[in-house]
Amino acid sequence: MSSHSAVERRRPARLLGSSVVQGLLILVALVWITPLAGLFLSSMRSERANASDGWWTALADPSQLSLDNYSALLKDSGIAQAFGNTVLISVPTTVLVVGIAALAGYAFAWLDFPGRDGIFLVVVGLLVVPVQIGLLPVAKLFGAVGLFGTIAGVVLFHVAYGLPFAVFLLRNYFAEIPGEMLEAARMDGGSEWRIFFRLVLPLGRPAIASLAIFQFLWVWNDMLVALLFADSGSQPLTVALQSQMRQFGSNIGVLAPGAFLSLVVPLVVFFAFQRHFVQGVMAGSVK
Amino acid sequence: MADTLTADSGTADSGTAKSSSTAGTRTARRPADPRRLARRRKRRLAILFVLPALLLLGALVVYPVVFSVGRSLFDADGDRFVGVGNYAAIVHDPATLKAIRNSTIWVVVAPLLLTGLGLMLAVLTEKVRWATAFKLVLFLPMAVSFLAAGIVFRLAYEQDPDRGVLNAVAVGVHDTFDDAAAYPTARIREGQGLTGRAGGPYSTEKGVRTGGSVSLGFVGVAPDAVPAGAKAAAAPAPAADGIAGVVYLDFAPGGAGTPGRVDPGEKGLPGMTVEAVRDGRVAATTTAADDGSFRLTGLADGEYSVRLPAANFAAPYQGVNWLGPALVTPAIIGAYLWVWTGFAMVLIGAGLAAIPRDALEAARMDGAGEGQIFRRITVPLLAPVLTVVFVTLVINVMKVFDLVYIIAPGPVQEEANVLATRMWLVSFGGGNDQGLGSALSVVLLLLVVPAMVFNIRRFRRSGA
Repeated sequence: MSSHSAVERRRPARLLGSSVVQGLLILVALVWITPLAGLFLSSMRSERANASDGWWTALADPSQLSLDNYSALLKDSGIAQAFGNTVLISVPTTVLVVGIAALAGYAFAWLDFPGRDGIFLVVVGLLVVPVQIGLLPVAKLFGAVGLFGTIAGVVLFHVAYGLPFAVFLLRNYFAEIPGEMLEAARMDGGSEWRIFFRLVLPLGRPAIASLAIFQFLWVWNDMLVALLFADSGSQPLTVALQSQMRQFGSNIGVLAPGAFLSLVVPLVVFFAFQRHFVQGVMAGSVK
Repeated sequence: MADTLTADSGTADSGTAKSSSTAGTRTARRPADPRRLARRRKRRLAILFVLPALLLLGALVVYPVVFSVGRSLFDADGDRFVGVGNYAAIVHDPATLKAIRNSTIWVVVAPLLLTGLGLMLAVLTEKVRWATAFKLVLFLPMAVSFLAAGIVFRLAYEQDPDRGVLNAVAVGVHDTFDDAAAYPTARIREGQGLTGRAGGPYSTEKGVRTGGSVSLGFVGVAPDAVPAGAKAAAAPAPAADGIAGVVYLDFAPGGAGTPGRVDPGEKGLPGMTVEAVRDGRVAATTTAADDGSFRLTGLADGEYSVRLPAANFAAPYQGVNWLGPALVTPAIIGAYLWVWTGFAMVLIGAGLAAIPRDALEAARMDGAGEGQIFRRITVPLLAPVLTVVFVTLVINVMKVFDLVYIIAPGPVQEEANVLATRMWLVSFGGGNDQGLGSALSVVLLLLVVPAMVFNIRRFRRSGA
């Protein structure tokens, strides 16, 4: 590090270059922030203000901004219910995916059963199966058993399509646990259940945290699956907002605060668990 | 279920023998039966652990794949077997072909741009102290749903420059370099000495001799569209060394005045560009003063036509029609870049951090330039990471749905469709052709199979 700065001191040209780089990166960062700032400011301006001029006028005239859109939105029972549905879909999905995948991951890593490695390869293969291929057949299946249009149906679909990645991730993480530790626990007479809950789950916490965050955001932000499997009573926020897109120009007073409302939870998760968030998204990107 | 387990357990025995050999020596003298029972119980437990996952995967992932392949061989209602008819329809249906074309554009352009952009930014952030903050900002959109990102960009891409930030910037930049035309609505009255198509250019009907003068009247300019500095127009005095004249608004408030004549109360049109033209060549150019007067000087004796170029009347620049049929796909790809650049940058940045500093320092000591180091050392060492980023992005781009569905306005949806949105529209969005829909979803699956193989290979290599 010190030799690096010495080189820098010797070369004023590099200092100049670095200020160009700084300027460029500041510009890029501004470009990245602007759309979100636009959404936020638009969400606090009246319908009429949004129709007549741009959100940036609020920077010079902050009196345009108010929370009226938000209070109107929260009074709208449809949106409030949709927000509740989003929670009711994403929390159980996350718990189920993590729970089921942890059990399977442990079995694939440390327990013997016929065809173990072959089945695991199939699971890895299922990783990139697009949800699109499941839409029609599962819709028929759910229709036959009365799950179509229910929150349970949306959850089950999400769980199934979240599992390949979850099993893959946790199996690989659990496989790193030293075998002697598990062997010692077995010697002490611990049952596999006990070992799983007392040893494997605590040791796997980093991977489980990343997985849970990734899975939660994935489902929280989903629109496609709920668009098909949820009805008007069980639809999450994304679908409720999507149905307002048709009259985009005249609906900014609902869409902008609605979109921001749907952003708040992911943003809180993002800032609260930055490290796990980045790891989770990185790992999950193979989906 | 229990029966199949006992039947299978015999074949798997050889496999378990190794792992339980340590325990085996200790319990060797005991009767074999309890051991086998314990092993059987363990195996049953293992099945119990994986069963929930396998049941769900089997019913909701594997079965649908098989079902879709079968369903794709039947017609829209599922009554008639059509073989590969639906797959043939894919390449004959113009709307589906357009979706294939768009998907190809996506897959070719987006991963390449993202990997390039990510690499560039990853290298640049290494040079600043606030790299973490920068990465945070660029990674932020990954937390945002595609729906919200779609709404964000529908706002940004709004056509009206007063409302859409991108066009506000585009118009601002455009008008800085190219003055806005002053009189987009101005037009002429027929038979008053000027001729030309609506929107200009307008020329005098008859030639004007040097030393002569000319009055050019226009209508169609609203009083509040006349520049504030405009003064009352005055009839021009002839000039000896050229052509004099006046450009004015041939309309006096209250309607008084004679068409074709400069009347009291009529104003000049300042800033209008005027040219003297002979034999198709511009001999002189000038700009009208505040009272609309102009003087074209330095002309050789003769007859000229006085012309007002079209630039005076061009409609003001309205920015880019981002979400029109021509640009809608690039515009949506732009929104996609906003979401994913942070991902590419952070992943490549991690690869960059793993490159041994010594190699770079040694090259620098040997006098290698930064560009040379980048090309000869950094990029080759990064190649595996770049490949992973690229393949990952290809998989994700192939499945893009929400952004296209949200951002493309209804009337241009057809123009923006990709395979996934087309599949949705065909199956559920009014098309209701489940045969063709299934065929499209199978195509989508087949397209990601190479990526699947890549993933399995990578896993096997890292597992070995």
